[in-house]
Amino acid sequence: MKLLVCVKRVVDYNVKIRVKGDGSGVELANVKMSMNPFDEIAVEEAVRLKEQGKATEIVAVSIGPQQAGETIRTALAMGADRGILVKTDATVEPLGVAKLLKAVIEQEKPDLVIMGKQAIDDDSNQTGQMLAALLGWPQGTFAFKVNVGEASIDVTREVDGGLQTVGLKLPAIVTTDLRLNEPRYASLPNIMKAKKKPLDETSPETLGVDVSPRLKVLKTAEPGGRKAGVKVGSVSELVEKLKVEAGVL
Amino acid sequence: MTTLLIAEHDNAHLKDATHKALSAATALGAPVHVLVAGSNARAAAEAAAKLGGVEKVLLADAAPYEHQLAEPTAALIVSLAGSYDALVAAATTTGKNVMPRVAALLDVMQVSDITKVVSPDTFERPIYAGNAIQTVQATDAKKVITVRTAAFPAAGEGGSAPIETVGAAEDPGVSQFKGEEIAQSDRPELTSARIIISGGRSLGSADAFKQYIEPIADKLGAAMGASRAAVDAGYAPNDWQVGQTGKVVAPDLYIAVGISGAIQHLAGMKDSKVIVAINKDEEAPIFQVADYGLVGDLFTILPQLQEELTKAGR
Repeated sequence: MKLLVCVKRVVDYNVKIRVKGDGSGVELANVKMSMNPFDEIAVEEAVRLKEQGKATEIVAVSIGPQQAGETIRTALAMGADRGILVKTDATVEPLGVAKLLKAVIEQEKPDLVIMGKQAIDDDSNQTGQMLAALLGWPQGTFAFKVNVGEASIDVTREVDGGLQTVGLKLPAIVTTDLRLNEPRYASLPNIMKAKKKPLDETSPETLGVDVSPRLKVLKTAEPGGRKAGVKVGSVSELVEKLKVEAGVL
Repeated sequence: MTTLLIAEHDNAHLKDATHKALSAATALGAPVHVLVAGSNARAAAEAAAKLGGVEKVLLADAAPYEHQLAEPTAALIVSLAGSYDALVAAATTTGKNVMPRVAALLDVMQVSDITKVVSPDTFERPIYAGNAIQTVQATDAKKVITVRTAAFPAAGEGGSAPIETVGAAEDPGVSQFKGEEIAQSDRPELTSARIIISGGRSLGSADAFKQYIEPIADKLGAAMGASRAAVDAGYAPNDWQVGQTGKVVAPDLYIAVGISGAIQHLAGMKDSKVIVAINKDEEAPIFQVADYGLVGDLFTILPQLQEELTKAGR
């Protein structure tokens, strides 16, 4: 079984982002970038499937500038076999990403595609579902557990009230939630080995996909702040204040 | 010019998320129709018909919609989309699962998780875990929108819209429901509770949640939540997680117990009306957003709180 994993280069989750003074966006210069944490979980799941003998090859795909190649290298160091960078300096929206991935998938013909449920930069939570729609494939979103069979996959999903399990015909799309697994750290020898793994480059133009944005970003602003309140000295004071001052009890 | 709101329901009852998403749908300024896609879901459709400001309810009642799986549900919505300018759903796990599939089938770029309707084509939405707010204008002719329910008030009742039955769309037949584990609880749902008490990793065990958090939740009629750290540690179930990637809540009162206040947790609760933080580390970031902070050991404070609440008549 051939697997394809999609990885996005995003601002590292530990970075406290800053909104640009002119409202044109978020400051990205000289900010630490990393693989989207949900995508790390996707790569880990793919590597585990290969280790269990259920998968034969893992292709890691990223869409972004030249530096997104580094994100692919991280996936290769974790255990993916080869990479494809769809190189573009433009900001590509989830719909555009889904169209690019569809074009790659039509060439690569994987049996299963695994990706993060959302990227922690734009928090859209769309790409996997859109890709599944464009391909006419089923989708197992917010995966908590997967069980891969010969021609089908069972995906247990994190839903609002608990868990839901769906059975999907392969090929299918799976998007990962937090508790699917705990991603490994790439070892130094594997990081060295990853440098020799093949990484091909293509572009939206070569793939024949129009990725012009459909959403116009008019403004990016700081959220309305919340001021720290008061520290109370005792539980009785707290209950009193909640009752009288805040009126919420 | 009409808006179609996709109802969130369990076939028997309409969920509160629908009431909130309706407020956003109404703000678009066009008449609103509500789609109830389910199986034996007439009761949910009747509840939807009573919502204020709903012009018509569409009921698609067929077996494939029982669990609102993405593949058949998206096909249904797409089959109806021709008559609508905007398709709206709550950004619940159901809405988030189905709507992007609808959007892609319609070649529309979805606007996710809106927190404000600026105009019929312009919306505010949080990015970077709510650390920035983007104002975006959707240029597609049709709009596909999911709504952050915590940002909108629940629409009231008072309507009596007609219910029209619509036929099922062809089921793509690539997915099937296999089972679910849905927690049964008498407590209010996290996303619609008026009061929430959440615990962090400092609780140290699932038993501590039961012993210290639960009695207070019982007294206050509150929902229980947890930080990601507490869920990852196995102290609380997944669906209790409040945060960027869990549930986003905005109750009247949010009590954070032993939660340090990581960015991703704050993203899920900082719009609560009143925030109380109980933590032994007085430098914990949670105190920067708390209206009332109490520094101390939660294992001492919570039993006291229980006692004080009893004294206060709760």
